[in-house]
Amino acid sequence: MWCNTRRGWGIVSIVLHWLSAVAIIGLFALGWWMTDLGYYDSWYNLAPWWHRSVGLLLFAATLLRLIWRVLNPTPAVPGSRFERLGAALGHVGLYVLLLVILASGYLISTADGRGISVFDWFEVSAVLSDLPQQATIAGTIHWYGALCLMGLATLHMLAAFKHHFISRHDVLARMLNPRFSRKS
Amino acid sequence: MLKKTTLAALTAAALVPVSQAQAADYVIDTEGQHAFVQFKISHLGFSYILGSFEEFSGEFSYDPENLAASSVSMEVDIDSLNTNHAERDKHILSEDFLNAGEYPTATFTSSGFESTGEGEGVLTGELSLHGQTQEIEMDVEHVGGGEDPWGNYRQGFEGTTTLTLADYDIDMSSMPESMQELELYVTFEGIRQ
Repeated sequence: MWCNTRRGWGIVSIVLHWLSAVAIIGLFALGWWMTDLGYYDSWYNLAPWWHRSVGLLLFAATLLRLIWRVLNPTPAVPGSRFERLGAALGHVGLYVLLLVILASGYLISTADGRGISVFDWFEVSAVLSDLPQQATIAGTIHWYGALCLMGLATLHMLAAFKHHFISRHDVLARMLNPRFSRKS
Repeated sequence: MLKKTTLAALTAAALVPVSQAQAADYVIDTEGQHAFVQFKISHLGFSYILGSFEEFSGEFSYDPENLAASSVSMEVDIDSLNTNHAERDKHILSEDFLNAGEYPTATFTSSGFESTGEGEGVLTGELSLHGQTQEIEMDVEHVGGGEDPWGNYRQGFEGTTTLTLADYDIDMSSMPESMQELELYVTFEGIRQ
């Protein structure tokens, strides 16, 4: 129920997956919107505060998610050899892009050695700062990484629908509820 | 007669190195960090943001006997901007303001000097910033100079000027009136070569 099996995802993985999905899409929209705010907008300081705080929580959740995934069995992937290879590459791509975006975002805000406050609740200190042009380069990686992630996430979603509606696989259903995993 | 000429020649020869030593070339001491390029700009008219450029180089020629012949040139690495706030620095360096990607360096080359009193004067020169070159006047002051304790000979100066950012095509139109200008402060020691 909590853990993954060879047939389906457990509750921990399902919850982490959907929380991440909501956070990632929300952070992308927020990031896009906030970087165009005028200096006199009342959200000028508040929007980045939310973006940094949620982003760092997502960073922690992603690390937990990867550890959990390594410790648990991974559900078998249906489809042709080509589809299974595509799925494997796509999923690795999603994780890699996500980590690159999370790390580069962290490196923007910590470029001068100051930590990042998470909802004024605790502070994550800087570990890497004062690299040449750190904030600017990290910012470029953060932006293009986010665009790539949105593209790959769209493919991920389309693939899930294809498997669900056309191939009649259980991959989408089993990511919604452990009981929807097919028994064989 | 011969003796007199020889004496005169010897005297002249002895004097030449002295007068040459007066108009000397100096390199700005960025290695020992006895040099700063700072700016001060209003924040909403409430207080000031202070920032500095940490990477730059320059040299000058200084002759206390002939100040008008003095000259200075500096080159500043725009990416080295620091206002103690990484996200603000990133924004200032972005295309919205300094566009460091396209205009990575600012340069100043003096074209003239006019003394206005003992140890002070107005330096004119060309400042290139954000792809725009403007002639500026800088109030400068000779702070001090002489042998340092480590075997070098130094001269030190400071200077201030006010820059209108619009002159350099830096768009501050979304900012209040008080933020349209900034004060530039430069101080350095040069080591005689």
